[in-house]
Amino acid sequence: MTTISAPGVDAAASAPATAAGPSQHARARRSGPSPAWLGLVPFAAYVLLFLAVPTILAIGSGFFDDDGAFTWTNVAALADPVVLNTFANSAWLSLLTAVVGAVVGALVCYALLGMNPDGAMRQSVDAAAGVLAQFGGVMLAFAFIATIGIQGVVTLFLQDTFGIDIFANGAWLYELPGLILPYIYFQIPLMVITFMPALAALKPQWAEANLTLGGSRSSFWLRIGFPVLAPSFLASLLLLFANAFSSYATAAALASQGSQIVPLQIRTALTSETLLGRENLAGALALGMIVVVTVVMSLYSLIQRRAARWQS
Amino acid sequence: MNRLGPSRTTRWVIGIIVGAFFAIPLASTFLFTLRGKEGPTLEHWAALFDPAASAAIKPIWTGLGNSLVLAVVTVAIVLLLLAPTMILVNLRFPKLKPAFEFAALLPISIPAIVLVVGLAPLYLQIGRTLGTGTWTLAFAYGITVLPYASRSIQASIDAADLRTLSEAARSLGASWPTVILRVLAPNLRQGLLAASLISIAVVLGEFTIASLLNRPVFQTAMVVVQKQDPYAPAIFTLLALAFVFLVLLLIGRVARGTGKARS
Repeated sequence: MTTISAPGVDAAASAPATAAGPSQHARARRSGPSPAWLGLVPFAAYVLLFLAVPTILAIGSGFFDDDGAFTWTNVAALADPVVLNTFANSAWLSLLTAVVGAVVGALVCYALLGMNPDGAMRQSVDAAAGVLAQFGGVMLAFAFIATIGIQGVVTLFLQDTFGIDIFANGAWLYELPGLILPYIYFQIPLMVITFMPALAALKPQWAEANLTLGGSRSSFWLRIGFPVLAPSFLASLLLLFANAFSSYATAAALASQGSQIVPLQIRTALTSETLLGRENLAGALALGMIVVVTVVMSLYSLIQRRAARWQS
Repeated sequence: MNRLGPSRTTRWVIGIIVGAFFAIPLASTFLFTLRGKEGPTLEHWAALFDPAASAAIKPIWTGLGNSLVLAVVTVAIVLLLLAPTMILVNLRFPKLKPAFEFAALLPISIPAIVLVVGLAPLYLQIGRTLGTGTWTLAFAYGITVLPYASRSIQASIDAADLRTLSEAARSLGASWPTVILRVLAPNLRQGLLAASLISIAVVLGEFTIASLLNRPVFQTAMVVVQKQDPYAPAIFTLLALAFVFLVLLLIGRVARGTGKARS
């Protein structure tokens, strides 16, 4: 990012909107800095202003108090038992739904492997995975309220037909455990999207080689399939974890009160008007989230690089 | 067809079990919208267009209108700012490509909720200079769609030989604007179309940023209305999911076209 934004961001306002500064480029190609650089300025300025600056502000605000003086208080608040508890909640919710999503998603990928990649069925599954992985959010919460909410279709069906009251132990759907099913609902499609390319890259020739050498179908998966896929699987699992950890919309729409997970606690800190200086606590929480997500995503790209060896 | 795939039976077992998990909430939502005092009824669907009942769900229509405006401005950012920059980087500054890709993928690893913390003070300033119109959110959305839009555009750039095309056009006397608009853009149209469609889908589904900056968009309006009337948001949920499903199906078609052109 810094590389792109290097040439005089100040000139952003006056720079032309497109890259196509007229004819002088062609000649200027080898003599000094070309005016084509100017074409990069608008986009660089945009990314700087709306991606880099907000990220720095978010992280930075955790280190200052309301009067703009430097302080460790907000960051120290990350060690508060309440805050630690929310981070732990977020972590186990993300881990649980990532593992379930990854295993079930991998099974779906395996089933898809037998289908024609250009067929209508595969196209539909791909599109459905795209919708459910990216578009869930609020609407996913509504779907689950309509299904297993207090007046939900399945809730009433179980009550009327079998006399089972799924809310006998309290309104869990609107609390932390209620997030598990909706989260799995968007994790499985994400797994399908990210893991399918790795599975599709398994070469049938490897299976033939295995058969020629006297192996069986199970020895193929045990000795070749799983070891080759393991890095990709782990990488996708990490991505799912980061995805659940960052997810906000579903939880915000389901749990209108309380802040059991980190994103909801940031909401509370941002919107709370009763506690002074809470806005800067949001910055400290954001810093904590960034640290977790950065560690996970760095591991992801490390493993992904290793996994890419088998995909060409 | 891949011979490594499972047998037909295994495929059906996995398909039915996982399919049921995904179908039950959607089917339940549909049944929920049909619920009436005396058995199934279409009254909740009819109420969407009933002037008498419209006051309650008016925020959703307003929010949908705002989201569509936001989608248009976001697509404009993608087509007028992102696409020309990508063409320039690929043509003139290939060494910057890794840095560009890094920047373009960055929004995936920065949670939207974290971005909001930093966007809040920024939008305070924007509110003072540009006003608090909902459309200004499109600046933030342009960043959110960056990873998806840039990937679609890059795929079609990789499929077309930009350098040869532009050099041929230049040697025939075309000016740079002509080259971009009449030679490169038509060759990249599948990527530009896919990038625009995915941007529309992402903007329509965005909740986090709009909600915390208190802007009335489609998703935030649904949450507001849901507290009084659970049926209308359920109906809009089904319609929006169906709409985006069709959009993504279309993107798949388009992308497959690109793939074929390449091979």
